[in-house]
Amino acid sequence: MAQFKLPANSVIGKGKTYYAGAGAKNVRRFQIYRWDPDSGENPRMDTYEVDLAACGPMVLDALLKIKNEIDPTLTLRRSCREGVCGSCAMNIDGTNTLACTKAIADVSGEIKIYPLPHMPVIKDLVPDLTHFYAQYTSIKPWLQAETPPPARERLQSKEDRAKLDGLYECILCACCSTSCPSYWWNGERYLGPSILLQAYRWIVDSRDEFTGERLDDLEDPFRLYRCHTIMNCTKTCPKHLNPAKAIAEIKKLMVERR
Amino acid sequence: MSATKRPLSPFMIGPYYKPQMTSVLSITHRITGAALVFGTLLVVYWLAAAALGPQAYHHAQAVLGSMLGQLLMFLWTWALFYHMANGIRHLFWDAGYGFEMPDATKSGWAVIWASIILTVLCWLIAAP
Repeated sequence: MAQFKLPANSVIGKGKTYYAGAGAKNVRRFQIYRWDPDSGENPRMDTYEVDLAACGPMVLDALLKIKNEIDPTLTLRRSCREGVCGSCAMNIDGTNTLACTKAIADVSGEIKIYPLPHMPVIKDLVPDLTHFYAQYTSIKPWLQAETPPPARERLQSKEDRAKLDGLYECILCACCSTSCPSYWWNGERYLGPSILLQAYRWIVDSRDEFTGERLDDLEDPFRLYRCHTIMNCTKTCPKHLNPAKAIAEIKKLMVERR
Repeated sequence: MSATKRPLSPFMIGPYYKPQMTSVLSITHRITGAALVFGTLLVVYWLAAAALGPQAYHHAQAVLGSMLGQLLMFLWTWALFYHMANGIRHLFWDAGYGFEMPDATKSGWAVIWASIILTVLCWLIAAP
């Protein structure tokens, strides 16, 4: 059954406010989801006032400024700070995106930041992606072939290579999957947009010889067909990819091979 | 690892995830689909009453012709046209067309306007 409310231990309470000093010139308030596994308390929203006059332009810059200068206990994932690694994916101002490529100027008023939606929280803005990665493993994201490899490499025509454009760029940040209501409610069994886009990346690869087996694995009322073309995935993808279209292509292949 | 059970991060459309045109039109498709079942029962009631005879028919006319009956029938008409227009949108998607975000936004608006215009047209034509 679809879940519409947060469980009792997940209901968010009020937290502390950290005020900017008197010398601050351009103050912006950041409301940030906090949960400390050691406290035994419910999650809370802490408010931090940040002086944007002494801060970089992106939401990640502000988060790191808070961590470095205001509250070192704030916990988040980040690595490349330029939209390549996907670590800093979170719910910013009501939609999922990467903190490093989201400009503070693009949000008006107080900036609310939560971890990726409908995920178990490890701490603060860090969600547990174990199940997500297990689902990724389940689609065998590597080249499968029975013919022995040639002396140098498996060649591909330019046209076949072009089929991977818009797919290989996916960084598995999980923004799309955790924006999908279907994934919220059936994430245990439904693979979700990003894993299905990755599955399609191997299905259309001309060098892969296990297309039939891959489609067999997806032919399932839950793994593939919980996609109802809601399109939140494509709407939110910070890399401007199109998981909804990739899933539609898989569905078409399912029909064509009958 | 803490012994505490991990909380679930907030997800609900509205307070935590901004309503998107994509998800709002999708859930409306579902709601109108369910509402159509109820509306169809009303129409069946009307037909059954007509088959039963003049007295039952007059009674049904009175029920469906009341303010509430008319309002329900009006909403049912809109639900029908919305579900139909968005169903056509889904047909195009199932064929692999219209997935680029600007196209999906345009087709979404087209569905909204088509459902409103067709509903009003239908009632203008049907009005005595």
